[in-house]
Amino acid sequence: MSLADVTEKGRRLHLGIATDGAGSHPAAWRYPGASPGELFSAAYYVGLAREAERAGFDFLTIDDSFAPQSDWPQDARGRFDALQLAARIAPATTRVGIVPTVTVTHTEPFHVSTGLATLDFISLGRAGWQLKISGSDADARLFGRKGLAPPGEMYAEALEAAEVVTGLWDTWEDDAEIRHSVTGRFIDNKKLHYLDFQGRFFSVRGPSITPRPPQGRLVVVVGLDHPEALPVAAEMADLVRVPAADAGEAAEVRARVRDAVSGVGRDPDSVAVLADIEVTLGATAAEASAALTELDRLAGRPYVPAGFSFAGPPAGLADLLEHWFTARAADGFVLRPTVLPVGLTALADEVVPLLAGRGLIEAASGEGAPATTLRERLGLPAAENRFTALTGGPRSSGGHP
Amino acid sequence: MRDKPKQIHLAVVYSVGSNHNLWTRSQPGTHIDFSSFTHLAQTAERGKFDFFFLTELLRLREKGPRAIEDHEVAGSPNIMAILAGLAAVTTHLGLVATDNATFNEPYDLARQIASLDHLSGGRVGWNVVTTNVDWVGENFRRGGYLDYGDRYLRAGEFLDVARRLWESWAEDAVEADVARGVFVRDDAIETVAYHGKQFDISGQFTLPRSPQVHPVLLWAGNSSEGREIAAAQADMVFCKERDLEDGQAFYADVKRRLARYGRAWDDLKIMPGASYVLGDTEEEARERAEHIRREQVSPQTAIAFLEQIWGQDLSGYDPDGPLPDVKPADPAARATVSKLRAEAKQHHLSIRDLAVELTSSKTGVFVGTASQVADQMNEYVQRDASDGFVLAPFVQPTGLDEFVDRVVPELQERGVFRSDYESTRLRDHLGLPPARTAGSQTAPPQTTKGAFDAPGRQRPSP
Repeated sequence: MSLADVTEKGRRLHLGIATDGAGSHPAAWRYPGASPGELFSAAYYVGLAREAERAGFDFLTIDDSFAPQSDWPQDARGRFDALQLAARIAPATTRVGIVPTVTVTHTEPFHVSTGLATLDFISLGRAGWQLKISGSDADARLFGRKGLAPPGEMYAEALEAAEVVTGLWDTWEDDAEIRHSVTGRFIDNKKLHYLDFQGRFFSVRGPSITPRPPQGRLVVVVGLDHPEALPVAAEMADLVRVPAADAGEAAEVRARVRDAVSGVGRDPDSVAVLADIEVTLGATAAEASAALTELDRLAGRPYVPAGFSFAGPPAGLADLLEHWFTARAADGFVLRPTVLPVGLTALADEVVPLLAGRGLIEAASGEGAPATTLRERLGLPAAENRFTALTGGPRSSGGHP
Repeated sequence: MRDKPKQIHLAVVYSVGSNHNLWTRSQPGTHIDFSSFTHLAQTAERGKFDFFFLTELLRLREKGPRAIEDHEVAGSPNIMAILAGLAAVTTHLGLVATDNATFNEPYDLARQIASLDHLSGGRVGWNVVTTNVDWVGENFRRGGYLDYGDRYLRAGEFLDVARRLWESWAEDAVEADVARGVFVRDDAIETVAYHGKQFDISGQFTLPRSPQVHPVLLWAGNSSEGREIAAAQADMVFCKERDLEDGQAFYADVKRRLARYGRAWDDLKIMPGASYVLGDTEEEARERAEHIRREQVSPQTAIAFLEQIWGQDLSGYDPDGPLPDVKPADPAARATVSKLRAEAKQHHLSIRDLAVELTSSKTGVFVGTASQVADQMNEYVQRDASDGFVLAPFVQPTGLDEFVDRVVPELQERGVFRSDYESTRLRDHLGLPPARTAGSQTAPPQTTKGAFDAPGRQRPSP
């Protein structure tokens, strides 16, 4: 089932939730409803993941960077390695997609590939990958291998890394393990492939040490944090995250993404564009605005979120999402609560039911929904193995593991 | 003298890339599915084991140019990711990763390890390994350029950097004081600056001190140099299996070295690999053991083994027949081949018999009834040949079940193995002192000038 099929039957929007620390606002940890003493506890993030699952979000995202997020003394800082945290959350959930950020500027593509594939095994096919560069000088100094390159170079390197990460997933065909006791062969080594990647930035031989993950290819998410990210999104992304100031800008960026995707020979309907929306809910617009003002006051400096910031009542948010979606400004959203866990609970209880009631998402996407792979849940096309054509095996995977 | 008998430490390892695993006895997918790892880890935890251990191969073995070895279990998960998953389905069991100091960067790996220590409540160990093989390096940006000496220099600096990062947040750094608006106490996070031969790093770590501060450090010390590094740096030596006498000599040699570094006899544990074959009677166990040895070496494996020595195709030979009468392709192999011929002739061995003798070791395999195996293991530990064992079951993932059901109670009855956990931290399971941080009395030596530069070792000139 492709996105185009979904469109014919009644287009549904994709709904992701950012579950980072105390929330997206730098002063979130000081706000009522936050859990500032829990930010380094596994139980806190498991709780967020279960809440996101109960609510019916398609997936949750976990952001990451090597350097601390902030050097403002009054900001919360520090975080776990996102892939580690994702793997810790996965066995404690059964339906929600789990999408950690894994950076590619200072890391080894081989480890990134096996780490993400393993997350897909642990989550039984619910894993995604938010591909990011490490774009700060502070990140570069923590490795000391190379200085900060211009964005174009970093994204060119990221594209190579993504080719290797996803290419290694294909180096094992799905039916490579044969366990043929008569001939004593555990694997059919004709179904294992050398990647032999040679790029401008590095070369990697392969095959992977890890068999092909259950989804074949994890859901790849690329954020348009920088114009140079567009070619990476066009080549690699299943989901593109867009920080847009309003519906008009989002529609323009969506059109640009679709053009770029077509430009590299991919079907634009196989890629969904998701708008980032920061969310502060209140019973009334005035109450929500007051909360945001108070958060800014606590932060001690003007804070400008990336993308659109919504402050208002639940029905207002549902209206906004419906408008952006029906106006084709976005195929879905990643909601970023300013304060966690209280902001997530409010979305779960007051906004998601409205979206379901309007038929914008599946009515039973939360509790009771069947466990599927994340690709299936998002209606993404099954992942073809680039090597399988050579040996004539089954052409795709992405079904139940 | 001890008031109570010396306590045995137990771990289970799932290792890949050898003929150890009897894969014909398990179901498809069982070497990679998360449910298998869960079963093995939960069984170990049910048996009150100290830890679960994974080894790592960073490139699949090959039997020839561009031909992956196809007779063994191949395919393994990313170790740090799978252990983080296992932290979710266990509560006390230690989780020990083999991670390579050559093909990782210290900031990234130190952060993953600290994350896992937080996420598991203090259960992490790190088996530090190095590689100097170009062939493995072909899978990595870094390539395989490190020579033998430099890989230890790099490992030493790697550990120095990692320790600095793990300790860089003061113990009470996080205040999370909402009223005062202080999340992290002023000056509580050290900006780490390290300028060594291998690493030039500066910046701040993203994690508070983890429950154990440092993971339990394992070092695979077999060579004299490896033993010295272990004595200076490690909390545990993971070593190859030895018979009782050799084990005692090794144990005494490593433990004696500890004093040089201001460490006590019990500050370092020695745990060799081991396995077991159980039977209702001794005779049954022996039969099973012999059967397993042959099962590990299929007829094809036996031929493949000889092909590696002969350096040519021997697929036309009968595995149950005599050794090939052809000369090896490589003249350098002639001496080996004539030695093998003599041995086969003397003991009337077929190709497969010989391969079984040479590739399937009897050392380190405890064979007998549950009670006998418990006695053998206990004797080995009480007579100071080791502090315990890293057990490698033959069948994944169910091979540990019978050990936990039958041998563990025997050990508990003898008062030499815990009947329940007393802590959730691996360091405590192993009876190790707290991590030696920079402020503590027995801080680890500066490794760049310490044990990694073992005296007298020749370092190749650049």
